Amino acid sequence: MSSNRIQQRMDALSAIGRKALIPYIVAGDPTPSVTVPAMHAMVEAGADIIELGMPFSDPFADGPVNQRGAERAIAGGTTLRSVLDAVSEFRQTDQQTPVVLMGYLNPVIAMGETAFCDACEKSGVDGLLIVDMPPEEEGSLVKGARDRGLDLIYLAAPTTTDARLATIGQATSGYLYYVSLKGITGSSKLDTSEVKERIEHIRQHVSVPICVGFGIRTAEDAAAISSTADGSIVGTVLVSQVESLTNDPAKIPEALQSILKPMREAMDANA
Amino acid sequence: MALTEQELRSLDYEPDTGGHFGDYGGRYVSETLMAALSELDQNYQKLKNDPDFQREFDADLASFVGRPSPLYHAERWSKAIGGAQIYFKREDLNHTGAHKVNNTIGQALLAKYSGKPRVIAETGAGQHGVASATVAARLGLECVVYMGADDVERQSPNVYRMKLLGATVVPVESGSRTLKDALNEAMRDWVTNVDDTFYIIGTVAGPAPYPQIVRDFNAVVGREVKWQSKELFGQYPDALVACVGGGSNAIGLFYPFLKDTEVAIYGVEAAGRGLSTRQHAAPLCSGRPGVLHGAKTYLMDNNDGQIAHTHSVSAGLDYPGVGPEHAYLKDIGRANYVGATDDEALHAFHEVSQVEGIIPALETAHALAYTKTLAATMRPDQTVVVNMSGRGDKDIFTVAKLEGISLT
Repeated sequence: MSSNRIQQRMDALSAIGRKALIPYIVAGDPTPSVTVPAMHAMVEAGADIIELGMPFSDPFADGPVNQRGAERAIAGGTTLRSVLDAVSEFRQTDQQTPVVLMGYLNPVIAMGETAFCDACEKSGVDGLLIVDMPPEEEGSLVKGARDRGLDLIYLAAPTTTDARLATIGQATSGYLYYVSLKGITGSSKLDTSEVKERIEHIRQHVSVPICVGFGIRTAEDAAAISSTADGSIVGTVLVSQVESLTNDPAKIPEALQSILKPMREAMDANA
Repeated sequence: MALTEQELRSLDYEPDTGGHFGDYGGRYVSETLMAALSELDQNYQKLKNDPDFQREFDADLASFVGRPSPLYHAERWSKAIGGAQIYFKREDLNHTGAHKVNNTIGQALLAKYSGKPRVIAETGAGQHGVASATVAARLGLECVVYMGADDVERQSPNVYRMKLLGATVVPVESGSRTLKDALNEAMRDWVTNVDDTFYIIGTVAGPAPYPQIVRDFNAVVGREVKWQSKELFGQYPDALVACVGGGSNAIGLFYPFLKDTEVAIYGVEAAGRGLSTRQHAAPLCSGRPGVLHGAKTYLMDNNDGQIAHTHSVSAGLDYPGVGPEHAYLKDIGRANYVGATDDEALHAFHEVSQVEGIIPALETAHALAYTKTLAATMRPDQTVVVNMSGRGDKDIFTVAKLEGISLT
């Protein structure tokens, strides 16, 4: 059922000259019950695709904010199974918005790669972004995902060589996630003109849409990035907002909207 | 699947070009690290055959570390046990007091030859941090050491040593506040500062090419044992024993003997409060394969794949993963992996101190505990070489505290 929801969404956006706004939150942060309402709220605020973090105890490519988000989710009882359940619940009322699960390989191995892919297909997951699985380490997860039509989204970095860009361009489907700066999620140095140059270069090697993440904090950042990229991925600033409302989780969906709406408006004004 | 003896003899025990040892190892990292790892791999493959680099490495091992380290016959202890003759490979006599310095000298030289003025390291017990700070001082490199906040508390003398040597020690408050969290934090630093920074990993874990690099630099231990054992008792030892946390001292001893299948190999993990309690740090004995810190290997996790909090009386063994080459050696049946509990290690710590006049590190005491069991099953004309990987000076506060003795 999940066939090409990401591509359809990207094509539709491209047809009307709109760029993708892709928020990231950690599933189950700070409690499982907030996740599905937060997903719906983000769609209402203009999200085109949702990246849902599968919490992992040792997220070494993430910064401290996202790590604390994962720690809260794990402490609150979130498991890979409950992340998948959240997607199923989301799908009961939203069959259009693509959902990408983002995380690390070990929890997937623990569930079993094939069982995980089956569960993704059944729950209505559209894509997978496994941070610590570069194309060189393709295994049964990749085969399982391809057999079920799940998109595999890979990362490219400022340091990625042209030879590797070609490999990654072959492997990735749905979109390419360009990491806009050296460092971890939530780092603060974003140079939008440098990003612009890189994206133009990457387009020579990669045919799928390019979305940019790491370091996008404000509506101005999102607008500047999406003037060249096909989408802006926003994570740490949202997880940070969730963190500030740990004791009042009912307010989280609305608080996420208040960050995303100005981003949506700035991106659309740009278009 | 275990291999036959003939198959074990004919393997070359080298990783493939992707850094895999069988199914294990590899490079399970974020794209942000791939360029740095390829650059490191290229530099290393070039330098390991560079005569200038090797000459400088060997010269430092001789004059700065004090190699070769002796192979010492623990006669009284052997006699007391009444089995095989036990020999200690005296890595505890190295400068900085452990095998760790073999590797840090090698990697700091790699940093120098690669033009990186800043080095970072993670540390558990503090031995690798001290060894890194030491060579950084010697080579004039800036040094930052990440250490779990709990370990900073447990190993305060080593923290002070690092500061004396001019290093910055950063306590890591995230996660379980131990070695694995220090490793996460060091990786983050490296990703952010990769242009001018060399990451000196302290064990044979982590993404390729680190497991190979760290092994190669520590393999001087096993190479020396090869000629020393011939000299002392005319043949290779019947058995080798070493403790395994990440596994660098163990692989350093084992690697040169892997094709010599008449030599039995034992790696001793920290069984903590017992392998059945889950309060241990023994992934090879009771974990399962997964992916942690950039490599596929055995690790300790819960049913949902979250990395487990480990326990060991020894900070240096308190790690939920293990070097991928050990995972491979276990599966093919070339090495045996066993556990020693906190209590067994503490018992051996006292016994060897009193019978041989050598205070071992608590990490090493795990290897000694199993050596005692093993030697008792062997004949007096047989030999066991155990890697005396570190000295116990750093641990006297821990041991005293456990025994209710106040030293201040």
